[in-house]
Amino acid sequence: MTQGLLGHLADFVRALRSAGIPVGVSEGIDAAAVLGAVDVLDRRQLRAGLAAVLVKRAVHRPAYDTLFDLWWPSLLGEGSAAGQPSGDDSPTDPEALREELARLLLDGDLDIDNEALRRFARDAVASLGRGDAVPGRQSFFSYRVLRALSPDTLVSRLLDALLAGADRGGLAEQVARQTIRERIAALRAAIEDEVRRRVAEERGRDGVARTAIRPMADQVDFLRAQQQDLAALRRMVAPLARRLASRLAAKRRRGRSSRLDFRRTVRSSLATGGVPIVTHHRPHRPHKPELVVLCDVSGSVAGFSHFTLMLTAALREQFSRVRAFAFVDTCDEVTRFFAPGVDLLRATQRLSREADLVWFDGHSDYGHAFEAFVERWPDVVGPKTSLLVLGDARTNYRSPGLATLKGLVARSRHAYWLNPEPRRQWGSGDSAADVYAELIEMVECRNAEQLGAFVTRLLPV
Amino acid sequence: MPQQSPYFASVSDVGKRLAAAGYLTDPAIATTVFLADRLGKPLLVEGPAGVGKTELAKAIATATGSGLIRLQCYEGLDEARALYEWNYKKQLLRIQASSDDAAWDAVHDDVFSEEFLLARPLLAAIRQTEPTVLLIDETDKADVEVEGLLLEVLSDFQVTIPELGTITAVRRPLVVLTSNATRELSEALKRRCLFLHLDYPSADREREIVLSRVPDIGTALADQIVRTVRALRALELKKAPSIAETIDWAHTLLALGLDTLNEEALRATLGVVLKHISDQVRAAGELRLN
Repeated sequence: MTQGLLGHLADFVRALRSAGIPVGVSEGIDAAAVLGAVDVLDRRQLRAGLAAVLVKRAVHRPAYDTLFDLWWPSLLGEGSAAGQPSGDDSPTDPEALREELARLLLDGDLDIDNEALRRFARDAVASLGRGDAVPGRQSFFSYRVLRALSPDTLVSRLLDALLAGADRGGLAEQVARQTIRERIAALRAAIEDEVRRRVAEERGRDGVARTAIRPMADQVDFLRAQQQDLAALRRMVAPLARRLASRLAAKRRRGRSSRLDFRRTVRSSLATGGVPIVTHHRPHRPHKPELVVLCDVSGSVAGFSHFTLMLTAALREQFSRVRAFAFVDTCDEVTRFFAPGVDLLRATQRLSREADLVWFDGHSDYGHAFEAFVERWPDVVGPKTSLLVLGDARTNYRSPGLATLKGLVARSRHAYWLNPEPRRQWGSGDSAADVYAELIEMVECRNAEQLGAFVTRLLPV
Repeated sequence: MPQQSPYFASVSDVGKRLAAAGYLTDPAIATTVFLADRLGKPLLVEGPAGVGKTELAKAIATATGSGLIRLQCYEGLDEARALYEWNYKKQLLRIQASSDDAAWDAVHDDVFSEEFLLARPLLAAIRQTEPTVLLIDETDKADVEVEGLLLEVLSDFQVTIPELGTITAVRRPLVVLTSNATRELSEALKRRCLFLHLDYPSADREREIVLSRVPDIGTALADQIVRTVRALRALELKKAPSIAETIDWAHTLLALGLDTLNEEALRATLGVVLKHISDQVRAAGELRLN
């Protein structure tokens, strides 16, 4: 039996590794020690205990939870074998289930370990979720359950009940809506867990594990980010800028090898009989990095430019000398929208409304944008400036403005181009990335991880 | 190192005794603390500011009747502040006090003895014979080099002093490290620790926390506060309100004698929960305060 349990644990650890969670040998040994220490029959203890040794970064936790549910399922099959018999007395037709759901959602707060919620999800998936995957083979689908239950149509009823006669439209409604949103999200999660469990029983858990793991937040492609990824990504970019700033500040403070102040050294050596025991140095001349950001905000790179603007805003709070310019087919300065302390979402809205970015037809035109930039702000890029261009280099077959860019690069101290497209697509179709890459150092920056790597490696110190 | 008896008997025992010390746990926290005690590993607690990371260490110290030794990390923290330092003034005095050069050999060995050693928090914790909780607070604020310093202490519970030799713990302290995750700690450090990510609590638990910290507040108002705070957290603010702010808010409303949280009360006290002006503007807009 012990052998079986340890073997199972080793399997689980292997699954974690293949999902991209780094688990070393020593962590595996610790996990075995955990099995000996906690009550293995209490699932919550087991989950928390194994997480404590196997998961060392918060971004890995969702993947861990998914795999944990697959490898250590709460029960098998219909669930009637383990514990109380369900299925006989529980309702099976959609209407009755909807009634029960409304009661459940109204009843109280649901977290993922809520027993009533789990049982409901079990019943709902068993009676509503079954469908034909391929002819002759049945499987379970969460969308079937959610469509039949359609929890969103219950919102107005729940709202009435929660508000209990209070006025609509004010604070109370907003708070109640949030409560309902949270409970429905918990329901969705429970149903998806249950479906994964049932599917895993039929198709084997390895197959499910491969498809069920969502990419971790720092691996999500900027250009393909979905709504829920966006929030997670936004949270990741903010500390990135703060970290960068504190790193730069520390470097500036710590550097001691400035030039020797000969006069002061000789002067103070008189006190020690002419032997220069203490050397004096000239104070450091503070280096003030100037950063100029040129950012493509056209529709094709919308997801990406959002993050770079966010990074710009965060840098703007730390450094006084950051200037941001945005372009679609012409260029405008957008620094004023990112004054320290402003709300970022509002800033991006204002940017798209007020800034003068479109000149001709609203498709990116790099050539014209670069020319407009040089013409209107000829002295922004100088020998102390680091230039950062952000965009996918898709020119719509218009002039790429190579000469203008070359001039900019030559005048700046450093120049980098961050491209959200994978390297193998550079130069395909209307992409001028390969041509640009000969003039300027172009870096692939598809996700937050690559952005982080770039920031720590390159930005001016 | 001698086997020492664990502080806690079971996971539920952890929950009960921490609750008695004024800290309400959830199963994840209780299990991880229990494991830290059983496996004798340091506990690394990570999470946003104000979710009770430091409080957890204090509560463990209270619950186990241990002394608390705290090492506050900051940028520029070094060996002399964290580990030990030679008391050179006292050493000088000793050298001057010894009369002639005849005693040189004796003096030269003598000034590097325990008497002249100033123990800083890490060494102090190692040398304790009483039960001790060592809290290393805000580890992410310290420089990367300090993590290297911690490795020997955390894995073997010993400190090597070149002049004296290796000092091994008589009694293993329970170590709690906290981090705000402003930077990623090194793999080597994480590997030696149990990891606990503390996040904002579930609504139920937060309500209980508010009720236990601010007992005079009614259940209905506590519920209202918690729900409103959760609505604020969903707004993607610069700094989402944490448990500490929820409790402050409860205190504020109680002090103002308000028994319900309506638009007016929220507008007047928003500064207690949201500390950035842009967050306040945003929250006021989203929650329809205007």
